[in-house]
Amino acid sequence: MAYSFDFSSLLDYTPVLVDGVATTVGLTAVSTVLGVALGIGGAAARTSTVKPLAIVVGAYVELIRNTPFLVQLFFIFFGLPSLGIRLAEWQAAVLAMVINLGAYSTEIIRAGIEATPKGQIEAGASLGMTGPQIFRYVVLGPALGKIWPALTSQIVIVMLGSSVCSQIAAEELSFAANFIQSRNFRPFEAYFLATALYLALAVALRWAFSLIGRRMFAKGVARA
Amino acid sequence: MSPVNTSAAGRIATGRPLVKLSGIRKSFGPVEVLKGVDMAVEEGQVVAMIGRSGSGKSTLLRSINGLERIDGGVIEVDGECVDPGQIDLRALRQKVGMVFQQFNLFPHLSAGENVMLALKVVKKQDKAATRAAAEAALAKVGLGHKFDAYPSQLSGGQQQRVAIARSLAMAPKVLLCDEITSALDPELVAEVLGVVRRLAEEGMTLILVTHEMRFAREVCDRLVFMHGGRIAEQGPPAELFDRPATPELAQFIGMVEAR
Repeated sequence: MAYSFDFSSLLDYTPVLVDGVATTVGLTAVSTVLGVALGIGGAAARTSTVKPLAIVVGAYVELIRNTPFLVQLFFIFFGLPSLGIRLAEWQAAVLAMVINLGAYSTEIIRAGIEATPKGQIEAGASLGMTGPQIFRYVVLGPALGKIWPALTSQIVIVMLGSSVCSQIAAEELSFAANFIQSRNFRPFEAYFLATALYLALAVALRWAFSLIGRRMFAKGVARA
Repeated sequence: MSPVNTSAAGRIATGRPLVKLSGIRKSFGPVEVLKGVDMAVEEGQVVAMIGRSGSGKSTLLRSINGLERIDGGVIEVDGECVDPGQIDLRALRQKVGMVFQQFNLFPHLSAGENVMLALKVVKKQDKAATRAAAEAALAKVGLGHKFDAYPSQLSGGQQQRVAIARSLAMAPKVLLCDEITSALDPELVAEVLGVVRRLAEEGMTLILVTHEMRFAREVCDRLVFMHGGRIAEQGPPAELFDRPATPELAQFIGMVEAR
């Protein structure tokens, strides 16, 4: 093999890599919080008895789930300025990720809500609780608990999908890898390291979510 | 008959109608389940509704706190009137407690939290008062020591007693019990019926749908036999059991006693 590996050449770019990882983590954190919040609202709307609301949210979910993320991102970053809405790279990236995760998590959380036994909602109603109170105190917690692993996977997908945001020059981890290999001409090393970092981030994310899930939702769950 | 009735169990009903149902109608699609039911329950009375499945007894019970939307008639509980047009049923539900066949405890909350939730968010009581009320309610059903236990850690009978405590803590005027022992193992039925019996003795107004005929006979002031969406017969349990006036009731008694 003619190619000789040289990972030491990456050392010069440590600050770029650190910035890239930090941006990926930041993008993921912000869009997870906002996206899951949007998903909770969307799931509440989709399961509500207010039909027009359920239909509008349904249309949003189908639109996002049936179009590529890259096109959604380009539409926000390159398309919206035609309407006078100009966003910075990171703003467009966050917005696209929030809208994307919001749609997928709406569907995931909706499944959890629909798995709530009807009797529990009736019990809440018979205690004089309002619909929103029942949703917040009776339905939501167990629903999130049930779908937590699926939601975790979706958030990992969104984190990995944030690599697409390098296409609008959001300076996240993939952008950093592209940048480095265009300077030192060592694509193998640059992408190998990026791969390893994504893997580590994904494993850490799953671990953190599993921990959060156990802290928040394990209460009252029957242990065999 | 004097306006004050003394029941077989020695309790005293006041003669004031607490629950008044007039002309209650309800259909599920093309099937009319309640065909204009009139019924009155006095304060302190214990009334059992019996009948075959499909006779409308559960639907009638569930309509008293608005879990089933009625299509016609008026429900009146302690001066709170509800007709089919009523959207907000919370005022009614604060006066009417309900216990279900499947307990319906909130699985993510401990026994104490189950009892405290509605006190906190509906009655808006402060933390100390909520806690004290929940402890008192659980003690009343003999589960004061299970405050921190989760439903999954309790037996069916214990879960049902927590559900009773959860309803009682809201201080309802009347407690509805919808086949509350039907999902229990036979050996757990007695502990739940014991709690209900004690409530009856303390003067709680109770309306039960039940298949426990012996219990109904011993504890209730009045039996209501439903058949085909109407009240076919009602009266003191001994009278109904010993001298059923309709062939439907005679047949029903024959069926349950043959078990």
